[in-house]
Amino acid sequence: MKIPATMNEATSRNGILSNLTDIFRNNIREYGMLIALIAVMIFFQIRTDGILMKPVNITNLVLQNSYVIIMALGMLLIIVSGWIDLSVGSVAAFVGAIAGVMMVKWGWNWALTILLCLIVGGLIGAWQGYWVAYVKIPAFIVTLAGMLIFRGLTLVMVRGEAIGPFPVPFGRMSTGFIPDFFKMEGFHLTTIVIGVIISILLIWFDVRTRRNQLKYGFEVTPFYFFVAKQVLITAAIMGFCYLMASYKGIPNVLVIMFPFVAAYAFLTNQTVIGRRIFAMGGNEKAARLSGVNTPRLLFLTFVNMGVLAALAGMIVAARLNSATPNAGEGFELDVIAACFIGGASASGGIGTIIGAVVGAFFIGVMNNGMSILGVGIDWQQAIKGFVLLIAVFFDVYNKNKSV
Amino acid sequence: MSDVILEMRNITKTFPGVKALDNVTFSVKQGEIHALVGENGAGKSTLMNVLSGVYPYGSYEGEIYFEGNEVRFHNISQSEEVGLVIIHQELALIPHLSITENLFLGNERSKNGIIDWNESISRTKELLDQVGLHESPNTLITNMGVGKQQLVEIAKALAKRVKLLILDEPTASLNETDSEKLLELLLQFKARGIASILISHKLSEVSKVADSITILRDGATIETLDTHKDVITEDRIIRGMVGRDITHRFPPRESKIGDVIFEVRDWNAFHPLHAHRKVSDNVNIHVRRGEVVGIAGLMGAGRTELAMSIFGRAYGAHISGKAYKNGQEIDVSTINKAIANGLAYATEDRKAYGLILIEQIKDNITLSNLEEISDAGVINEPKELTVTREYRNKLNIKCSSILQLAVNLSGGNQQKVVLSKWLFANPDILILDEPTRGIDVGAKFEIYTIINRLASEGKGIILISSELPEILGMSDRIYVMRNGKIVGELPAKEASQEKIMTYIMRKQEVPQ
Repeated sequence: MKIPATMNEATSRNGILSNLTDIFRNNIREYGMLIALIAVMIFFQIRTDGILMKPVNITNLVLQNSYVIIMALGMLLIIVSGWIDLSVGSVAAFVGAIAGVMMVKWGWNWALTILLCLIVGGLIGAWQGYWVAYVKIPAFIVTLAGMLIFRGLTLVMVRGEAIGPFPVPFGRMSTGFIPDFFKMEGFHLTTIVIGVIISILLIWFDVRTRRNQLKYGFEVTPFYFFVAKQVLITAAIMGFCYLMASYKGIPNVLVIMFPFVAAYAFLTNQTVIGRRIFAMGGNEKAARLSGVNTPRLLFLTFVNMGVLAALAGMIVAARLNSATPNAGEGFELDVIAACFIGGASASGGIGTIIGAVVGAFFIGVMNNGMSILGVGIDWQQAIKGFVLLIAVFFDVYNKNKSV
Repeated sequence: MSDVILEMRNITKTFPGVKALDNVTFSVKQGEIHALVGENGAGKSTLMNVLSGVYPYGSYEGEIYFEGNEVRFHNISQSEEVGLVIIHQELALIPHLSITENLFLGNERSKNGIIDWNESISRTKELLDQVGLHESPNTLITNMGVGKQQLVEIAKALAKRVKLLILDEPTASLNETDSEKLLELLLQFKARGIASILISHKLSEVSKVADSITILRDGATIETLDTHKDVITEDRIIRGMVGRDITHRFPPRESKIGDVIFEVRDWNAFHPLHAHRKVSDNVNIHVRRGEVVGIAGLMGAGRTELAMSIFGRAYGAHISGKAYKNGQEIDVSTINKAIANGLAYATEDRKAYGLILIEQIKDNITLSNLEEISDAGVINEPKELTVTREYRNKLNIKCSSILQLAVNLSGGNQQKVVLSKWLFANPDILILDEPTRGIDVGAKFEIYTIINRLASEGKGIILISSELPEILGMSDRIYVMRNGKIVGELPAKEASQEKIMTYIMRKQEVPQ
């Protein structure tokens, strides 16, 4: 029997070269998608004559994909639980419409509206979670129904027109940028400072993890590999911050999104609830017999998805500065594809937050790059579908090899 | 040798770590009813799976001759082609299709891919007549009782022009009348020259219809008895089934038995789907501190159902009854409450119910007591690693690292992971359901040692096992279960395999 994905084999052999191939082989699933993302970026960077990596385009890329990433966080938990949610696009549109009605038609305060909309999202999640977790109707059916229900209700709310414009502070959620404390002409220095702080935090965190692993006698990747990894990550962050700084700095939406990504990565890796979600998805019966209250956990996973879909819905509405009947159409497909491209397993129990984020960026870069190249929406869809299939094939192929 | 229809010579079949069949020789004469008996795990089903091609040629050693020619089956359809049909204990009918559709499934009466319904239905009527089933060919399987379904299975075998019919526990879920009918049918087939192999635990019916009886034990043929030559009593068969050397298979233990730690009174539970079927029928059991209580019985006797219904109602419907710990009534209505009250249940099916196979050993061990290794909901990883390493060493789990995935462990080591999980939950009462199923002798001994250690720590152990030697070797006291009822209780000192078997096999008592 082969032991997959442990580092034990790597250090037992001699020679840096064979060591490197071992590390590569053992981590191919983890880094494979990241490498693919970089390859796609390089490809479009060349084909678009450098437009892809222009500061303004990178900023756009973040703005365009923020809501996909936010929803992918919730979707990943649902997929890891072994289910799926097809309704997120409709729910996002519905909540956007409610926000529009509250602020524009009723003139309610924007902060109150945000709070109420998040609660509405939670309630929608509870509604769907109830049917899935307690009545045991497959999520595919419940959320397919939800997709129709909430799209229909959106149309009812907006009556076929766009509701807008929104109060300025609400719109800033998606279109604003953080203020610059240094007031430097043409360069957003605060962005660079934040980039440095985040890099240091990440390095500190990784060093701590590594020290712990060593202390408990786990074999770790060789030191030079560790250093190289840190250098690459820091370079990527700083490069990204530099591009942002040369435009308008960090967008507000990134300030919303980043803590969410960090929090969900922490939730899945380090907490009891995260562990239980993975156990439930890996083997629901065994998890239940081990004392995990699986119906309640699944219910909460859907509530969480509802709240995140609501947040995403408001970000979309804020970006368009209006609530429209067809907002969020097809989002569910991008969100689900992001999770699967990022290595989540359709049968549950496997998946990572970082993978889903990388998957979302992968799709984002493809959308953006193909749009710049003038590829029609028709071909974009076909190509995206093909890429999804290849990515999942790659994952399945690797899995079969390692068992 | 022309009167022999089937001969299996020197069949040996090994699974990783276990020798399921060891040099088995078995032959069936033309047109006879040949009974195959033995304890659970003796190798009966394995032998039949070898015969019917479930285990393809090449995965076992030895030769099979059918009607004088050597046969090498690579799958079931090849064995059915020569006229060898097996009917499994779990019926293989599609519930939402009609009798006709089921009878000709994979064997459809058709012309150019278009089903000829007229021929199918008239042929179905013929076959149903032959098995004495008076039902419309259009009846859906789901609307029929188990007894009738069994007859449909047999009709299906007839449709395939069967020469040797193999029935695996055909009467296990049938009532007396249906069983009689089925046995009658076998005798009719015998008159028509169709031979059958009958696997059964019901010795009364075996001695009634069988011409020969072959006894398997521990994967080896013990003897073949001819019912026409000698008078074969049930006791005679039981002796053949169980007689074996028990010494040194179980580690010795000084029993220090204290007060009653756990007790279940008037426990009733019903089948979750068949609301009228009682799976636990007025059960009263107790276990004392430091005591190992065995529950013996056949598969399907309701032992697992009882254990799981007690463990937080993990099985069954309309459960009633009371549970007491140290004399105080406790609430075991959910799994969480049962665990909180110090109960643990280690399942008989570790792959489906015990382990998250795609996760690491460490994640499996800590799953039911994550609170212990976390602060405010955040897992303290160093603590988790320390704890899981401790259990790996204590239970001697053989693995390259505790980060290894559970799926890659051998059966014995998987079982140790399941035990570790429950030991880490620190229970007072452990229900161990078939803790040594499918694991090799060495690992069995280790598991027994762990059980003994737990008992000596003052925990109450309920041991469910289908292996009588295990029950006898490990328990201080033994309950015998049949049809969801406790039908016997005896101290280990007075117990013997024959005694337990007699309780198990005794014919249905008259209801009072």
